[in-house]
Amino acid sequence: MALDTVAIAQSTPDNSQPFAELGLKADEYARIKEILGRRPTSSELAMYSVMWSEHCSYKSSKVHLKQFGDKAPKSDALLVGIGENAGVVDVGQGYAVTFKIESHNHPSFIEPYQGAATGVGGIVRDILTMGARPIAVMDPLRFGPADAADTRRVLPGIVAGVGGYGNCLGLPNIGGEVVFDETYIGNPLVNALCVGVMKHSDIKLAKAAGAGNLVVLYGAKTGGDGIGGVSVLASETFGAGGSTKRPSVQVGDPFVEKVLIECSLEIFAEDLVVGIQDLGGAGLSCATSELASGGSGGMKVALDKVPLRDPSLSPEEILMSESQERMCAIVEPSKINRFLEICKKWDVTVTVIGEVTDGDRLEITWNGEVIVNVPPRTVAHEGPVYNRPLAQPAYIDQVNSQKVNVPMPSGAAEIKAAVLKLAGAPNLADKSWVTAQYDKYVQGNTIQAQPDDSGMVRLDETTNLGVAISTDANANWSYLNPYQGAKLALAEAARNIATAGARPLAVTNCLNFGSPEDPGVMWQFAESVRGLADGCLEMGLPVTGGNVSFYNQTGSVAILPTPVIGVLGVIQDVRTRTPMSYKEAALELYLVGETKEDLAGSEWAFLHGQRVGQSPDADLAREMRLIELLLEGNAFFSAAHDLSQGGLSAGLTEMVLRYNVGAVISLSNPAIDLLSETPGRVIVAISSEKIAQLQALATKYSIALSKLGTTGGDSLTINDCVIPLDELRTIHTSTFPRLFG
Amino acid sequence: MRVGVITFPGTLDDRDAARAVVAGGAEAVSLWHADADLKSVDAVILPGGFSYGDYLRCGAISRFAPVMQLVIEAAGKGMPVLGICNGFQVLCESHLLPGALTRNSDLHFLCRDQEIEIVNNTTAWTSSYKTGEKIVIPLKNGEGSFQCDDLTLAMLEGEGRVIARYVGQNPNGSRNLIAGITNERGNVVGLMPHPEHAIDELTGPSAQGLGFFTSILNAMVK
Repeated sequence: MALDTVAIAQSTPDNSQPFAELGLKADEYARIKEILGRRPTSSELAMYSVMWSEHCSYKSSKVHLKQFGDKAPKSDALLVGIGENAGVVDVGQGYAVTFKIESHNHPSFIEPYQGAATGVGGIVRDILTMGARPIAVMDPLRFGPADAADTRRVLPGIVAGVGGYGNCLGLPNIGGEVVFDETYIGNPLVNALCVGVMKHSDIKLAKAAGAGNLVVLYGAKTGGDGIGGVSVLASETFGAGGSTKRPSVQVGDPFVEKVLIECSLEIFAEDLVVGIQDLGGAGLSCATSELASGGSGGMKVALDKVPLRDPSLSPEEILMSESQERMCAIVEPSKINRFLEICKKWDVTVTVIGEVTDGDRLEITWNGEVIVNVPPRTVAHEGPVYNRPLAQPAYIDQVNSQKVNVPMPSGAAEIKAAVLKLAGAPNLADKSWVTAQYDKYVQGNTIQAQPDDSGMVRLDETTNLGVAISTDANANWSYLNPYQGAKLALAEAARNIATAGARPLAVTNCLNFGSPEDPGVMWQFAESVRGLADGCLEMGLPVTGGNVSFYNQTGSVAILPTPVIGVLGVIQDVRTRTPMSYKEAALELYLVGETKEDLAGSEWAFLHGQRVGQSPDADLAREMRLIELLLEGNAFFSAAHDLSQGGLSAGLTEMVLRYNVGAVISLSNPAIDLLSETPGRVIVAISSEKIAQLQALATKYSIALSKLGTTGGDSLTINDCVIPLDELRTIHTSTFPRLFG
Repeated sequence: MRVGVITFPGTLDDRDAARAVVAGGAEAVSLWHADADLKSVDAVILPGGFSYGDYLRCGAISRFAPVMQLVIEAAGKGMPVLGICNGFQVLCESHLLPGALTRNSDLHFLCRDQEIEIVNNTTAWTSSYKTGEKIVIPLKNGEGSFQCDDLTLAMLEGEGRVIARYVGQNPNGSRNLIAGITNERGNVVGLMPHPEHAIDELTGPSAQGLGFFTSILNAMVK
């Protein structure tokens, strides 16, 4: 392909260009011509096409996501809000924490190992870019049916990829989810969360300020992997004719990233950068335009200086390449020598590729010829915005008007069978097969990890300050009622933090949906965002950032609406945390919260093939009172465990098996008590002399309280139904090894 | 008492090892792979991780690091050296210890709390334990299966150079359930599981790994 320069573009205004093949609509292409006053060069077209893709520009979601800002609760904790690589919150003692979830769904379907691995790599670089040391990862995952042939292809690869990359970076994996549903069969969800810590003064932003400052590219060399991956893979559904739009998935090298992290942290510690951006989706196109756009606006880059793995790459390909493990920094000339020295110490490839100018154009040259000359804001921040049509899908009224009709167990034998059925169900079974492939110990600060309610890491070894994080989504509820579903997921994540004694502080999200061009999906999305924004406002928790993943569908079948909500909380002294289970006999077990007949969207209904009825309504005022009760009770609880999927049955199973101490439970209405999934409930274990204290708390916060039973023995006994722990354990732990080897 | 902790590019558990050294009562000294100086340390720990990304073979590149030439020389003169996980792999590649660590038999990375039995408490790194003492410390690796030829195995067993064995089901296919071995002199120890992650019950499954780091003090006092 001959070089297409600005000069040539000016002299050949009528050359036809493959904008549609690059994913641009005719009106978008027309707008680019209007902005530039000429046709774009092929390099400019490449840049606009990737940056204006759904994945990079949020063009379909922007109008809705605005609510997170408009409805934001007043919070002193928020140091950096939405729009930067990741939000930053103040956790006290001079520490700031940054956390974010991103999706890497489509690449992980095509190439499970590398897709998942580079998903972890990308989110870790986002956190690093804020100036933080990454300290932990989590991975909410969703797959097709557990026994489907393709799940056996996809799941082991994705788990190995998450582990392979995260383990090699030395980041403890402290939690996540593994959920199965048939709608994910052609569209597994790989969401990756990373959390990092820094001092307030170390926060870094993506901006290129100061004319004469140098644009420095460091990290891996640029290759041909993942070219166009972000725009095309993430923005178009798989279907007929889609094969030409499936370029290679990026290939990660965690060793290079580990070295890049340590090298960058040393550079940050010496305050050598003015601004910094990682190269993720849309590679150099994104990094240069966002840095320039975030600063004064002017930047010159000599693209031919970019070190290449493959010397045959064209300028367009270099701009679009999504080669992993690369960073772009803005460095003052007086500091460049020290910057280069540190890179040399870590054997990191580093090249000065340009400089910040006092103009307002991003100008990119190739061997001296100008191939890009654009206003960077039009590329990075002023892309198209769509207010797509939305309409409540027909299924809503249909499913909401039906009632769950499933067999309810009665008598000891049926109750035992129901408890065992849930204990072994893939969505509720023991996940050690997955989590044993992740290093949870590295860095030596992990206080809690799966199967605990939340992941918890210590930030300071002297003061024992720590943070806890939980990610949750209940797609069944979101399917029945996306507005309530988002609120319920938020409440559950916050509750999972509070059971351990950490105070919820901030929210991130990863919104996984089908095609935004389907008005029904767009309605699900809009309702979910509205629910989350309303919920965050009510609970006083700011949204610090997030990610939207659209086009998660196979043909016309969209995935269940899956807004994954992450909540981060702070605990002043990790030594005081409440564990999710108990080790002693003769403790009192109480249910905090009330059980209603909530079978719609429950695991019991799911196991009987029913996704009908009305989801529970989220009562966030009550959830907030429950959280206060848990935080106050942390001082004397022996254990506290959130009830969610699988209800009391699953909650008791998890508790008795955790430390192999049984329980004797007495229930007045065992079928509903065990199987209902009424939100806002927690099992609490206390010693008998604390009963009055617990009752006083329940009264103070107006939360229902009922006695479940006592701990001890080698069985889970529910009324006259006796389930030996060995039998329960065998069923609970054998599902994953049986399915996945 | 100064204990050096080496950082190679890709080393992960160096901070943890240094923390454990301090918890054991010694001073931790950072050593960089490119250093041509052991900074007057009395003992050296090669921590876990993925040095050089496990390129080629685990530990195969690290053994050529400048600092390793000094470690090999000092070990020959009796300096205590402990290699944990990737450090064990580096010691095997350096021929300070016999055998090799290969992929776990089920081919998965495995992270779990593992019971091991200390079967030799006469080395520089195990004297705080009783022979036959069982401890639970984290095991976390993808290539932890200890392999060697029959002659070597007979030699290790015959000379009492196996220092720790896995208890219960073999987690990774190691011959004779071997979790750790020592050299003839007892100053160089390689161990697959991670005692540095078991120095308190807050962050580890137990505090039973601390003995490795107090043992070295005893060795020095003698």
